[in-house]
Parts: sequence; C-alpha cells; structure tokens
Amino acid sequence: MSAPLLDVDNVSVIFNVTRQGAWPWTPPGKLQAVKDATIALEPGKTLGLVGESGSGKSTLARAIVGTVQASAGRVLWRGEDLRAMSPARQRAHGRHVQMIFQDPLAALNPRMTVGQVVAEPLTTHYPDLSKSEVRERVGQMMERVGLLPALVNRYPHEFSGGQCQRIGIARALITEPELVVCDEPVSALDVSVQAQVVNLLQDLQRERDLSLLFIAHDLSVVRHISHKIAVMYLGRIVESAAAADLIANPRHPYTRALIASVPIPSPKAERARHRPVLEGELPSPLAPPSGCVFRTRCPIVRPACAERVPPVEHVGPDQVVACPYHGQDAEAESSTA
Amino acid sequence: MLATKAIADDLAGAAPIKGRSLWADARARFFRNKAAVAGLFVLVCVAAFALFGPLIATWNYEDIDWTVLGNVAEAGRPSLENGHWFGTDALGRDLFARTAQGTQVSLMVGIVGALISVIVGTFYGAVAGYFGGRIDGVMMRVVDVLMSIPYMFVLILLLVVFGRSMLMLFIGIGLVSWLDMARIARGQTLTLRNKEFVEAAVATGVGPFTIIRRHIVPNLLGVVIVYATLLVPSMIIYESFISFLGLGVQEPLTSWGALINDGAAEMNNGTLWMLLVPLFFFVITLFGFFFVGDGLRDALDPKDR
Repeated sequence: MSAPLLDVDNVSVIFNVTRQGAWPWTPPGKLQAVKDATIALEPGKTLGLVGESGSGKSTLARAIVGTVQASAGRVLWRGEDLRAMSPARQRAHGRHVQMIFQDPLAALNPRMTVGQVVAEPLTTHYPDLSKSEVRERVGQMMERVGLLPALVNRYPHEFSGGQCQRIGIARALITEPELVVCDEPVSALDVSVQAQVVNLLQDLQRERDLSLLFIAHDLSVVRHISHKIAVMYLGRIVESAAAADLIANPRHPYTRALIASVPIPSPKAERARHRPVLEGELPSPLAPPSGCVFRTRCPIVRPACAERVPPVEHVGPDQVVACPYHGQDAEAESSTA
Repeated sequence: MLATKAIADDLAGAAPIKGRSLWADARARFFRNKAAVAGLFVLVCVAAFALFGPLIATWNYEDIDWTVLGNVAEAGRPSLENGHWFGTDALGRDLFARTAQGTQVSLMVGIVGALISVIVGTFYGAVAGYFGGRIDGVMMRVVDVLMSIPYMFVLILLLVVFGRSMLMLFIGIGLVSWLDMARIARGQTLTLRNKEFVEAAVATGVGPFTIIRRHIVPNLLGVVIVYATLLVPSMIIYESFISFLGLGVQEPLTSWGALINDGAAEMNNGTLWMLLVPLFFFVITLFGFFFVGDGLRDALDPKDR
C-alpha cells in the first residue's frame, strides 16, 4: 500500500445556525454537518462517497478543498496539515486540488467566455505564462475533454449541460492537479450524458494518474468508477470498503438498504427480490439522535444503540463498519429470505 | 466515415467562433424596445444641444442685449430676426445660450453624481457583501448612519459654509449618491457569493479582490446600470432644487433649476417663455432617462439568464 495522498483524520464540521427571529444574544444552534470522518485517498485511485441528501458528503468535500473550515480534526495533504497553512499557501495549494460541481451551468461565470473560464486556474497559478501559451494549453485541454477549441469565445449559456460539465472538467484539469473532488458531477445530467462524463473522467484518470473523490447519491454510478467506497449517514461515515466488497458483502444495515434501493433493470428480477425499505426521514442534524445516529430508522435496532456511539470496527482487510450488530443481522436476514 | 472525419478536422482547425455575450443579447433586446430607443434619441439630442448649442448661438450666455432691456416682454420675445431664438431672460440675456449652458451644468451634475455612485457604491457594496460577517456589519452601519442624516440639510450647510461653487456641489452630491447603490450592490453580492462559480474560483485559489473584480462586479453591472440611469434624473432634480433655492451654481453660470426659478419669478409679466423653455428641456430629459432605464431593465432582466 502506497502512502496516502490525502488523509482526512477525524474531521468534524460544525455550522452555527441562527434561528429566524431569535434574540441576538441567544446562542446559535450547532449544525453537525460532518462528525469524525476519516478517509484516505491513494494516488491514482478513486474513492466514492455515497449517502442520501443532507448526509454531509458535499460538506466533507468542501472541507477537503478548503472552502469550508473544519472545526476539528486534520486534513493532511502529503502529510501537511491544510488548516495550519497560511491563506496564501492555501490558495497556492489550489493547484493540486480542484473541484467539479453538481450544476454545470451555475459553476461557470455567465459573463466570461469559455476560454477565460478554462484559463482562470492557469493564469492564477502561473501568472508568468505568455498569452499564446495559455491559449495553446486551453485549446489542448478543450480538445482533450471533447470540445472544439474553436469554441473558446463562446459563452456558457450557449452550451448544453453535458458540454458545460466538460468545460468544468477542463477547468479543473488544466493545472494538472493530483486530486479532483467531483461533487455529484453527473446527477444533473441525463443518463447517456452521465456515461460519457464518467468515462471521460476515467480516461483522464488513467492518463494522468489522477486521484478522484467521487461524490454521488447514486450507487450504480459510484460502483462503476470507484476503487473504494465510503458510505455516509448524517455526517458520519458508517462503512467503507473496497468497491467490490462493499457491493457484494455490505455489513452496515444502512449500506444494505442503499444497495437494495438500486433498481435492477429487469422487471422480473425487480419484483422477485426482497427489498428492505427504509422508513422515515433523515433526522435533523441540529438535533441528531443519541448513540448511533441511524437507530431511528434501523431495521435491527437494539435498546443499547441509544446509549453509546458504535465504535468503528475493522472487519476485513480494508473494510470498516460502525455497527456492532452487523454480523447477527446478516444471518437473521438470510434465514428469513 | 472519411467525409465526417474531414468535416471534423475542418471544424477543429477553424478559427475561433465569436460567441454572443449576454451583453450583446441585451443590446439587441434594448434596440428592439421602441420607447427606450426614442428615449435614447431624445437624450442624444439634448446632449448635442448642450455641446454644440453655445457654438451656434449668436449671443454669449452672459452678455446683456441692451436693446431689449427696458422692454423684455415685447422686444425679448423668441424671434428669428434678432437672434434670440428662445427669447431673452429678464435681464436681456439670450435664453438659447443660457439654456444650452444650463443643460451642460445639469447633465454634468447628473452624470458625475451617477458615476460616483456607480464606482464608489458598487465597490463598497461588493466588498461588504463578499466578505460578510463583521466587516459587512460595520460597513453597512456606516451607510445607515450617513443615510439617516438629512442630505438636503448637509448640502445646504456645505454650500453656505464653504461658499457656493461647482466643486462643493459635486462633493455634496457625491457624498450621498453612493449610499443607495452600496445597499443594492451588497444585496446582489450576497446572492452571487453563494453561486458555484464563485466557489469554484475560491477553490481554485483566486484572491478575494480578484474574485470581486472578475466574478462579482461584472454580474452586478446589469442592476447597477439600470439603477444608475434612474439615478441621473434624481441627481438633476436634486441640483435643480438646490439651484431653485438659490444655492446652486453661481451667476452668470446657470442650470435648469436656476433658469426655471428665474422664469417662475417672471411668470406674471407675460414672459412665459422664460419658464417654458428650460422646463421643456428638463422634462424631456427626465422622460428620456426614465424610458432608457426601463428599457435597460427589460433588456438586462436577470430572468433571461
């Protein structure tokens, strides 16, 4: 196992939320967006991050990129703590870590031409480059992501969603970063375009030995692209494992429910299979349940779950689960099915 | 297959295609709006009058025509023969030349006021909105305090204490004109700040002032321009009111407000042209600005984005 490129060590992110109409001196509510998240990313590998809306995936991504400050824990980039860096150093660090956004059009400044958008990271980090060099590299990058370099003077609103996402990818890759954080890069696109964008990302990854942090709420996409998958629920990472292991042998009850929710593209098989459906809503992150946060919706909840936070347990070579009852559950279910 | 390859190569090698920017789209929409174009035409005419009027006038704006002096109501009428095309004022000075000169002053006051408000107000509001938090709080409270002072009172005091001069007038107008703009720019910046393209720039490592200059201000400009065109007439009215009170520009210089004031004083002496001529220019200019502002607002409507 090579040394990790990025090490996220027990990171928590807490937002202060002022309630509407509250007195100025009442203490703000604490929104626990991410709690004690630990993940590691190796060079050239993809880590998939899944979870439903509001589970803190995007917040964790932003803590890694640095647009949100972690309240506790450390984000280590090649062993160097991001939080300890000076603001200028942090800005320079942006060359190594880039981000791709969910809404492809909103991520592009409507008043800038596509060429200016793609060139921005380059001119920011390499101000000494001559204009012709910048133009040349922007052209190459546009071509690489499947856009005509002749379109550099067009504006974002003249492109389709898939094309805009390609522009976003071109912008993210032009400084040749080592890590690209993809925040649900395909969920705003239709299925055929999704496949194109995912394949493009995979090709680029092979070509440049890129690490990807790939966030999605759709397990089937994540399974396709990831080497490792981490599952988040209400700000906690409840299970993480190598992609194949996680899909074939999910341990945590939440992961099992997630995998069961992926539709099988065959009506017969779909009707025949047993599907444990999760009931209820995601609890409010302002007042998370005590003990195990999943207990309010867990099919195998025990009284003890309310009392203590389940410890993270190493169950396989690369698999961790935050549920002490994961084993019993598997047997119980196989006997009933 | 070969043919498509050739076409693709052709396209890839093609010269960069010129895109239609949002500004170009807005321009096209603006020129489709008849009322706005008419307003713009009126404004161009008024500006041309202010620029070239003094050149074609047969009289100077400060010279008194002694032949009409005792008998302004009869001899000072608008006429083509004696060169007083708009008549003369109560002192026998040519009203055409004086109106042209007053138009210069009034337009200048309006445009300077709007410019100060656009430059100072936009930047101030964008900085406050972008940084947010305590900086925003302090900066906007300063605006609130300045706004709570009755500006007419301040301007009158300024003109009385430091003497009446064009410079003082500009300073006084500059002091108050940017306040509203700062609030508008801040409000817009608050919504822009959370847009993903701003976040993308932050994540890339672009510095805060570059983000304001490159990403925030260009996207504010639509709203700012519309507000600025509506601000010009209010600055003109403002200056006119000051001049009407007798505190504006100094004789023999004049402005629309001063001319209207003089004309109104002579209303009962059968010399109504002294009031109607400056009033006409005043009114059509205000209408022109309002129509242009309306047209710009429709053309730059953010919903079209």
